[in-house]
Amino acid sequence: MAFESFGAFLNMGEHGLYVWLAYGLAALVVLFNVLEPRYLAKQLVKDHQRKLRREQA
Amino acid sequence: MWQVFVRWYHKCSSPKWFYQMSKPWSFWLGWAAFVLITVALIWGLAFAPVERVQGNSYRIIFIHVPSAFLSEAIYMSIAVAGAVGLVWRIKLAFYVAKACIPIGMTMAFLALATGAIWGKPTWGDWWVWDMRVTSMLILFLLYIGLWALHNAMERPESGDRAAAILALVGVVNIPIIKYSVNLVTTLHQPATLKFTEKAPMHISMLVPLLLSILGFYLAFLAWMFIRARLEILKRERKALWAQKEIEQLGGL
Repeated sequence: MAFESFGAFLNMGEHGLYVWLAYGLAALVVLFNVLEPRYLAKQLVKDHQRKLRREQA
Repeated sequence: MWQVFVRWYHKCSSPKWFYQMSKPWSFWLGWAAFVLITVALIWGLAFAPVERVQGNSYRIIFIHVPSAFLSEAIYMSIAVAGAVGLVWRIKLAFYVAKACIPIGMTMAFLALATGAIWGKPTWGDWWVWDMRVTSMLILFLLYIGLWALHNAMERPESGDRAAAILALVGVVNIPIIKYSVNLVTTLHQPATLKFTEKAPMHISMLVPLLLSILGFYLAFLAWMFIRARLEILKRERKALWAQKEIEQLGGL
């Protein structure tokens, strides 16, 4: 471990704000890349269902 | 021999074959990426020693360098795939190129944002119009341009071709990014990792960095396959096989 306590780990030697902000943004980017394709897939299925309904009517 | 090669080539460039083939890939790539990145970041955040000059702010390197590497590599992939699509008229290459755009855009954003955050305690300012930073901003804008071109075109095929041409023109920017820190004196530190020399970095920091880069690459591949497969279904939705796959997707 490079830190003596959990508090020191969070504080990052006065650089905590910068380090955690950067890692938080990375988490958001990962979240976007995981969730957005799911939304696209749902959209694709919805469009297909709409088309099926139109053909039946 | 030649005919075998041509047949194999046509099979591999068929969207249907690719779709069926790549089904399990994202799952395994995604898990490998998750494990690698988790290990690399915990190592980098908690176990790697403190940097002598920059203090703990240097820990941003474990996401800054992988995302910057990736944003350039993804851009090159888009350009190569676009060229393949333009020259040999392979639809699959265009689908892959399009799938890469949002991932590359978010990686360029992450590289710029983490760079700005790292710049504040290290350079004293969030933003500096330095050659490296400016050429990275241009890369980000190129990604936005590619994305906008796809959305602006009425026919998706026109979007494919226009984006491929823009991607090829924008390749000029990549060597500028790469050599901007070596050619001119800038605030940005020179490249840490080089293929030709030993890295000027202690092994205790180097290993988590390399693991993180590998993890980011695998995550990109996993996300690229997911998006490329969705793009295939969307564009081939007039084909019966694609409609069946979409129904499976929705659990109809």
